[in-house]
Amino acid sequence: MAEEMRIVLRNYGKIDPLKIEDYLAQGGYKALEKARSMGQAALIDDVKKSNLRGRGGAGFNCGMKWSFAASATADQKYVICNADEGEPGTYKDRLIMENDPQSLLEGMAICAYAIGANQGYIYCRGEYPQVIEILNQAIDQAKAQGLLGDFDIEVRSGAGAYVCGEETALIESIEGSRGEPRFKPPFPPVQGLWAKPTIVNNVETFANIPVIVDKGGAWYADIGNPAYPGTKVFTLTGDVNNRTFFEVPTDTTIRALVFKFGGGIRGGKKFKAVQIGGTSGAFIPESLLDTQVAFDAMSAIGATLGSGATFVLDETRDLVDVSTRIAKFFEHESCGKCAPCREGTARMHELMKKLNEGKGSSKDVALLEKLGRVMSYSCLCGLGQAAPAPVLTTIKHFPADYNAKLM
Amino acid sequence: MVNLTVDGIKISVPEGSTILQAAKEVGVSIPTLCYHPDQAVKANCRVCVCEVEGNRLLQAACAMPVFEGMTVKTRTPKVLEARRTILELILANHPQDCLNCIRNGNCELQSLAEEFAIRDNPFENKVRGLPKDFSTPALFRDPDKCVLCRRCIEACSVIQSVNALGLEGRGVHSMVVPTLGKDLLESPCIMCGQCIHACPVGAIGENEQIDEFLAALADPNKIVVTQIAPAVRVAIAEEIGMTTGDMPMNVFVQGLRQIGFDYVLHTNFTADLTIMEEGNELLKRLKEGGTLPMFTSCSPGWINFCETFYPDLTNNLSTCKSPQQMFGSLVKTYWADKMGIDPANIYSVSIMPCVAKKFEAARPEMCSSGYRDVDLVLTTREIGRLFRMSGLDFNKLPGADFDPWMGKYTGAAVIFGASGGVMEAALRTVYEVVTGNTLEDVNFTVTRGITGIKEAEVDLNGTVVKVAIANGLANARKLMDQVRAGESPYHFIEIMACPGGCIGGGGQPITKANVKRVERIDAIYVEDEACEMRKSHINPEVTAIYEDFLHEPLGHKSHELLHTHYHNANKKFL
Repeated sequence: MAEEMRIVLRNYGKIDPLKIEDYLAQGGYKALEKARSMGQAALIDDVKKSNLRGRGGAGFNCGMKWSFAASATADQKYVICNADEGEPGTYKDRLIMENDPQSLLEGMAICAYAIGANQGYIYCRGEYPQVIEILNQAIDQAKAQGLLGDFDIEVRSGAGAYVCGEETALIESIEGSRGEPRFKPPFPPVQGLWAKPTIVNNVETFANIPVIVDKGGAWYADIGNPAYPGTKVFTLTGDVNNRTFFEVPTDTTIRALVFKFGGGIRGGKKFKAVQIGGTSGAFIPESLLDTQVAFDAMSAIGATLGSGATFVLDETRDLVDVSTRIAKFFEHESCGKCAPCREGTARMHELMKKLNEGKGSSKDVALLEKLGRVMSYSCLCGLGQAAPAPVLTTIKHFPADYNAKLM
Repeated sequence: MVNLTVDGIKISVPEGSTILQAAKEVGVSIPTLCYHPDQAVKANCRVCVCEVEGNRLLQAACAMPVFEGMTVKTRTPKVLEARRTILELILANHPQDCLNCIRNGNCELQSLAEEFAIRDNPFENKVRGLPKDFSTPALFRDPDKCVLCRRCIEACSVIQSVNALGLEGRGVHSMVVPTLGKDLLESPCIMCGQCIHACPVGAIGENEQIDEFLAALADPNKIVVTQIAPAVRVAIAEEIGMTTGDMPMNVFVQGLRQIGFDYVLHTNFTADLTIMEEGNELLKRLKEGGTLPMFTSCSPGWINFCETFYPDLTNNLSTCKSPQQMFGSLVKTYWADKMGIDPANIYSVSIMPCVAKKFEAARPEMCSSGYRDVDLVLTTREIGRLFRMSGLDFNKLPGADFDPWMGKYTGAAVIFGASGGVMEAALRTVYEVVTGNTLEDVNFTVTRGITGIKEAEVDLNGTVVKVAIANGLANARKLMDQVRAGESPYHFIEIMACPGGCIGGGGQPITKANVKRVERIDAIYVEDEACEMRKSHINPEVTAIYEDFLHEPLGHKSHELLHTHYHNANKKFL
């Protein structure tokens, strides 16, 4: 059975995060040195070779993304770390930033070298003031040691909007505007922050980079599921015995997450469903638990990997009630820019509430399916596209919960 | 060029084209709502979504650039279901009162609902019940009708640089609001009404005063007199299904008589008079070292802008009242006297391409006749409704003449309706007055057109006068910042608040695209060319009023009736 493998959490518990000397003693910043000696093209090639795909949820090939920004001509380029971590139930980025902030900074510095940027931003979740403090101290220490060279990093705090985890909304927020997504293309590597080529990567993605550079892309590509190699950090919540976190290779199954690492269902109850990837994740039934926690494997079952939040529900849970609460969350967090999300999230909540109160009919369920389907491919950004997933997947996999409440 | 396929039709379009543009080339019209031809792409309504082969997500046609080998499908079941569902969602959050909406029959959302056969909306209609804003005398806002396309915000902030409108709230609670959520009157709104043209629905409109007008007509004691602004004739045709510019002036006059106006006069008369007063004011400032550059003062939206954002520069404004207000003070003095009518019984109605004129007429200082000078301002759109209400067939109406004393005009007055027209009219007169020579060619074409900022130089007997013209207030702001910095090279600046000048005014037929503004400008110059007299100072009724009443430009009577002063924080007194 699968074992834990720590890459991004390699220094967890081994170092004092506020002492850069500890990080250096573990071989920290050797990778940055190596990256600089490789040259930009070879560096990006090696990252491509690793087949590292973004750990924020979209799963885009990291080296490929970097190559777009590297080949763009501009007087200024930016590197942004997405540390907005707004998914309920997710705290993997906080683990990295609190326990090994230098690993993130080194990853960003390698990216900056690769694309030719001298300014970086860490957009940190507003509810993480202690993390911002740690990051600022870490940046000061790295600068004092002269490790970052001409690369400067500034920490910017979010203000609580879930949508600012979407990369273009995040960019708007840094620019001082309303946190709202932009339409794409143009994509940030071509036109991002202040219309300059910009790489936005997740904390976990950056934290992988020093290890990939150190051990080589080929080494990394061999780990886990070949289409989505490496490891993934999962944070386990809900009705499991071990509400904890762990980092596993991507060929681990969902079943292993819940029953091995999670220690099974609490109180001797039976498993009912697991939601992976955060609030907008699909609800997965028992029959699909042997799926590997890799991007395409999850897509194949109509689910996503998302942030790696894993929310387990036992047999007593009412998925109509749970999905109603989630629908309320999305109504609240829709930025309001595009019509199908603005109006759709509100209607989805309205219809779910009606069903949850026992006032709905099968017609309402059919309308929810149409609405969810349309939102999933018509909304401007990932928020609106993913928002219907919990409703659609609970209707699909757990119809009994709905039928029990129909008028 | 990029090769792609749209609905099975192969086509080559320039690189950087959007799906929307490419589809248009092959005759495929993709529905839109937030899209505006002269504004930045917004892609927020999602009504224009299409299928692009190889992509799970539908793409907004207004925003998605074409690429080599792209295959687009614009009317698959998936696309149609998405568009209809999105329309249902928008309509479910929209008042269902089309019948008494100011945009009934001229609404982009209503058209889409018709085109997509939206009948039984599965989503329950829920309107927020937000208060309407009738705080200004010029325009109103009805936030419940807002579809959040954001076109008004761009018109206000980018085109006009006024920034009176912005977004507040999030998700389904988001709203377009005047600054800091106050009402329009407390915001920096200068009442130009460009937001009305930008709005696809009835969320913003003119303060309609048809009821007041009909009440005045019904009052047997009131003698209802009207004036028609220069830009109205070219556009009124659009309101009654005719081609821009095709309404003959004499038929227009007959139409107004049929509606019930007792006397029909023309603002063009006071436009000619404005040239006499303003031209002489310029010459006086040049000669006596007065404040320069002098700014024109015909556009009430521009006056509001100057008073609001450049209160330190109000001394640069010509003290001339606008032609509307000159007319207002004269109709109840000079004209009443000529006609032997008691001014107390005159109800003076102006027909304007403008909503800010409604505010201007309500200014407390605009009472120099001893009465309120202009009792009511109706926009071109309101007159259009009155024409339709009256069931007039303009193809069959016989022509009619203007009434005497304030109905004659020259081509110089006609061109007041287009950006650069006041400047050109002033140059035609000032040149002849100063040099004593007759102009061989009265056309100063350099002042014409929709370009944001135009400039010219005129040699007046060895004195070179530098002039500039701005239309649209973002352009005006550039010239004003120059003046404020003491770096303006100009002597005389014409500013019209609205893009294209009065032909694009906030009271004109709903004008989505600038191409329509250009058509109206063209029609204005056709009318000017057709005028026998094209210089203000040769208007015989202008000569007559100076002989009989005013005696001389900038004289005592002129000062009393035709000139005004300005306020800072101008809206406080309402």
